[in-house]
Amino acid sequence: MSRDTLTGSRIRERRLIQGMKQADLARRTEISASYLNLIEHNRRRIGGKLLLRIAAALDVEPSALSEGAEAALLASLREVAAGYPDHAIELDRTEDFAGRFPGWAGLIQGLAARQSSLEQTVVSISDRMTHDPQLAEALHDMLGAVTAIRSTSSILVETDAIETEWQDRFHRNINEDAKRLTESSQALVSYLNSEVSEPQEVTTPQDEIEAFFMRHAYAFNDLEQAADTQNAQDIITTLIAEAADILVSTSAQAQVSMHLSRYWRDVQLLSSKALLDEISKVGLDPAHIAQTSGVDLGCVMRRLASLSGNALTPLLQDAGYALSEEGLGLVVCDSSGTLTFRKPLSGFALPRFGAACPLWVLYQAISRPMIALREVAELKGREIAHFETLAISTPLTPPQFGAVPLFEAHMLILPLASVNQNETRTRPIGTSCRICPRENCQGRREPSILASGL
Amino acid sequence: MSKHVLLIEDEPNIIEAVSFLLSRDGYKVSTHSNGHDALEVIEAKQPDLLILDVMLPGRSGFDILADLRGRETGEGIPVLMLTARGQTKDREMAQRIGATRFMTKPFSNAEIIETLNEMSLA
Repeated sequence: MSRDTLTGSRIRERRLIQGMKQADLARRTEISASYLNLIEHNRRRIGGKLLLRIAAALDVEPSALSEGAEAALLASLREVAAGYPDHAIELDRTEDFAGRFPGWAGLIQGLAARQSSLEQTVVSISDRMTHDPQLAEALHDMLGAVTAIRSTSSILVETDAIETEWQDRFHRNINEDAKRLTESSQALVSYLNSEVSEPQEVTTPQDEIEAFFMRHAYAFNDLEQAADTQNAQDIITTLIAEAADILVSTSAQAQVSMHLSRYWRDVQLLSSKALLDEISKVGLDPAHIAQTSGVDLGCVMRRLASLSGNALTPLLQDAGYALSEEGLGLVVCDSSGTLTFRKPLSGFALPRFGAACPLWVLYQAISRPMIALREVAELKGREIAHFETLAISTPLTPPQFGAVPLFEAHMLILPLASVNQNETRTRPIGTSCRICPRENCQGRREPSILASGL
Repeated sequence: MSKHVLLIEDEPNIIEAVSFLLSRDGYKVSTHSNGHDALEVIEAKQPDLLILDVMLPGRSGFDILADLRGRETGEGIPVLMLTARGQTKDREMAQRIGATRFMTKPFSNAEIIETLNEMSLA
């Protein structure tokens, strides 16, 4: 049902709110009640003078009747409905509902947004409670101090003849531990408060690295233009120094330096201009680009992930991709499966802590080195989203006799507008078990906190 | 003859309190405070009982115990594991790799003495 056919629903709604009978409105607007009935049930189009007369009779602006719910509201309602497939929601009447009950529709939209925000907060807090080294350290420190105080104070209370020297020493120890406990408690309270008020606060080296790359939208034009290696190194030093507010740890600074050095080497092998030229000729085909450019597939994937959606979109019209400004996603892991680089996409979140979904094609690539793998992945979020995932595992080190090479795997993530009819199969995957709602998954390592709690 | 207890724990004030307590109860106590060379210290001292903290600097108590149980000289030493985390999975892990007993911090003095006495009689 198109939007311009909903004017009738809005007229009916306004009339009912005012307690006006259909016959009265028909009389005031000089039309028959049966004709008004057809209009109100969206079976007759309405506009022009009749719309003005009805608006005047209802004492509302004509636009209130002709302009329905915003597209964003309708999209939100459909998204909310998609998250509850077990409910028989009348999707074909979404526009009708939003037009007749804009207040209720807005409330549903608001509640859904609030639920989403709360879910993210729960996931964030749950992650930190389980994996956060800072929290674990603080709790360990507190329990150590409590144990020492309890044991020492018991000795003082329960031991009858205790030498003065030992008494003094234990009093001193209790005093020390009490101070330590106070400081640990205050630090913990402060930390947890900041977590509640600023759930996205940067806290680990991985968070710092991700914040740095997000600030630069994963692209570094200065490095693209660098004259030589020394110039590139100076640019890298400057970029890291300018990000002192987020790159706090030396670990994060060192890792960013490694990533940017590799970025510079990649640019030498495949410039953005050359890459865009290739895409304009052959489309988004990393293997073909790698072959014609003479660079390895991992490098092509890294270079593709540095392109913005705005640069890619004009070249990929009607190619079936749902590109946003984010462009393409990328994950890199080492042979242990540890993620060493993450560029997430909307709808394809990457775990901040712990291991990722074992069903990713990335992990198949690790066990099948040098074979380019492709899968269409289906992610279940508020609504089902599909992504083309391309992966390759390549040696990180050159071959040497007697040495076992180290491998790393890349997975490029391409958001799909829809699944091609010719696609033989799609693989349902998740982000990580803790926040994955899929049931009966053979890859599940632990229960999901979303399965029943939310 | 008094039993020899080796306490491996990184909190100095816990070391002092527990050492005092066990000494008063008739144990001979020696201590160590890091995980790096804990195995070598155990091998060298050959204690009758071992109290082993899980979270140690350098190496976790779980790793140390797993290695200890794999050695001929460490197979039979009764081990009391201490942890600041009381989760079931820690307790199960301790049992699986061969801990004799498991105790969660904070513990009472009576509790640790009683446990060690039971272990030394077993």
